[in-house]
Amino acid sequence: MDKLREKAAALLADGTVTMVLGYEEGTNKPRPLFCHTAEQASKLVYSSQCINNLAVYLTKKEIMGAGKVAIIATIPTLRSILQLSVENQLNEDNLVVITVTDKDEVKQFANFAEIEAYIADFQLKLDGKEQEIITKLEGMSREERFKFWMEEMSHCFKCYACRAACPLCYCTKCIVEENRPQWINPWAAPLANMEWQINRAMHMAGRCTGCGACGDACPVGIPIHLLTRKMMEDLAPEFGFTPGQPSKNGNALSTWKADDKENFIR
Amino acid sequence: METKYISKNGLNEWFSQIVKSGKRVYAPVEERGKVEFKKVQALSEVAEEYIQTTQSIKSAVFPRAEVLFSYEKENGQVKVEDFNPDTVKETVLWKVHPCDAAGFKPLTAIFNWDYTDKLYNAHLEKTTLVTFSCAKADKSCFCTSVNGGPGNTSGSDVLLTMLPDGGAIVEILTPKGEALVQLAASAFEDDKGEDKSKYLADVPLAFDLEEVRARLATAFDSPVWKEQSERCLGCGACAFVCPTCACFDIQEDAHGSKGKRIRCWDSCGFSLFTLHTSGHNPRAVQSQRWRQRILHKFSYMPDRLSVFGCTGCGRCSRACPVDMNILEHITSITKK
Amino acid sequence: MNNNNSEFEPKIVAFVCNWCTYAGADLTGTSRLKYATNVKIVRFPCTGRIDFMLLLKAFAQGADGVIVSGCHPNDCHYTSGNFHARRRWITFRGLLDFMGIDVSRIQYSWVSAAEGAKWADIVNTTVANIRELGPYTEYQKVADYLDKEDYNG
Repeated sequence: MDKLREKAAALLADGTVTMVLGYEEGTNKPRPLFCHTAEQASKLVYSSQCINNLAVYLTKKEIMGAGKVAIIATIPTLRSILQLSVENQLNEDNLVVITVTDKDEVKQFANFAEIEAYIADFQLKLDGKEQEIITKLEGMSREERFKFWMEEMSHCFKCYACRAACPLCYCTKCIVEENRPQWINPWAAPLANMEWQINRAMHMAGRCTGCGACGDACPVGIPIHLLTRKMMEDLAPEFGFTPGQPSKNGNALSTWKADDKENFIR
Repeated sequence: METKYISKNGLNEWFSQIVKSGKRVYAPVEERGKVEFKKVQALSEVAEEYIQTTQSIKSAVFPRAEVLFSYEKENGQVKVEDFNPDTVKETVLWKVHPCDAAGFKPLTAIFNWDYTDKLYNAHLEKTTLVTFSCAKADKSCFCTSVNGGPGNTSGSDVLLTMLPDGGAIVEILTPKGEALVQLAASAFEDDKGEDKSKYLADVPLAFDLEEVRARLATAFDSPVWKEQSERCLGCGACAFVCPTCACFDIQEDAHGSKGKRIRCWDSCGFSLFTLHTSGHNPRAVQSQRWRQRILHKFSYMPDRLSVFGCTGCGRCSRACPVDMNILEHITSITKK
Repeated sequence: MNNNNSEFEPKIVAFVCNWCTYAGADLTGTSRLKYATNVKIVRFPCTGRIDFMLLLKAFAQGADGVIVSGCHPNDCHYTSGNFHARRRWITFRGLLDFMGIDVSRIQYSWVSAAEGAKWADIVNTTVANIRELGPYTEYQKVADYLDKEDYNG
């Protein structure tokens, strides 16, 4: 931890960056920290408890400002950074990306290509609890699955914490805010909630990097990250992208191949 | 205002009489790893060991989505069906906390400020609150700093303080509470003279409310808002779980010649909340929206409605994905 | 879903492209081919324009089944609209199935302007299939939420 704090303080002190994005101790778990001075860097922490995806702040111009910024990234955050870069939302020259390795070493990446090489070693996989839910769902009949998701959706109250926490939801005007016509009903009702989640999952098709921030952010505990994860796993072989790796073949829904396979179109 | 005692068996008896009377009973139920208010039929369904429910019970009087009126056009005529207060069912909110009950005060003030809200008042009239004092609190609770307390009676119709023998001290506070007690009058015994304060949680005072209010009166241009709100994601979680937040949106569920006009929850934390049709947004950045949240609850509301907009329940802090701990933020304002 | 009611007439909505399937449906008519009348056709310039949410909205408003049809791959009037649509359908179908929505109630097809007979066949088979499955009350019940008294999860 000390090496991380020193590194961050140094970057701020010598003016390389105007801000360091990292984590500090929170009430129950670490939370995002924005260091503007070298002194603030002494509050930085890094552990497996750091689950917020800091890449979500990289597209907020009011936070990023004009200068160079450093970000202390966990593996999920690194994946998001790469995807944002593929979508032309980040300027590689304005970003210093740092991580802490398994051996507690502070690693600064020279460029995004280096990040890509680094994360290739880390497999994207579901944790025990998530796998349990997926296994349970796979064992259910269609009607049971519908009942499960509608029961979950009845709890959703459209706070959009899922959208707010997702680094790839950076639209300045989201589709729910489009009211001519009101395409997605903004009120909380099981079907309206279901429609919203389906819509979000579709907009994430091929882009989601599996960080789980949406599911973590949900205040009522709906495992919505499983929707995009399941879809990601299903589509990957078909559309030629690897879950967790940036989609280099273009966005899944705005590109196509003449030989896209399906067996349900007559 | 009368104080009685009820035994464990008496409680069971009273509860089943309430359910038998046909009233809807909402109580905290543990499900999916969380404790939320749900309709219950038996005392055994009610959650026991927890600090606070994730959501408040303001939805009893201010539902997430509510039909204001419905309309249908036929043969050139428009039929409008207005909200009918007679359709509101008698409801009992069981085992709310004093901070939840206290939240009804600012809600009632907002919905009766410049306009008497028919729907809110119709719901409130048919709702009885049975509050339970808090024996436990966590570090997100701060009711004592906002004119509240773990055994406070504000907003409640009946207040129960649980005793070690499984029974409870019963404070009957309003005619509605008395009417509810009468459903099983024999279950209640004379007050045994127990001192309520022995069984209440310890919620240390965190800040001086009047000092906060005084500082906020001149804090509009302070840099503290940007400092505190940098990590805020701009979702609506805090507003929606809050027992006093009442911002709403009016929407239409229209299908050709018929439809419904709906009132649904909204949050001042959303980026487009104050977007004008001209394109101007007076609260275009998150720091302005965070400032609005704090000033609204701790400055504007006491100024205009003579009631604070925060009851110290701590739900916002617990629900926030990035730990915007309101207790921490308010305390830091007093320390500047 | 058991359907013992022989009175049940499925309500089907068909989202079709103007240049191929709509013209094909026209041909079915001019060829005097008789086929089931349960379908309401919604005409789009291209399948590429068909938003996936429209299918869900059709179900929410009472449709028991949906047909989505357009030009064969390589024959799209706008060159690649149907390729985009196909991608979308593959993605959407998997997601819907995961959420437990009955994807067997959605029939996708390529019907060209010359395939009047095929259109009749698609409609007839779909109607028979939906009649077998019964009304999609499971979905429509959820769509009526606001009329219920319960306001909280």
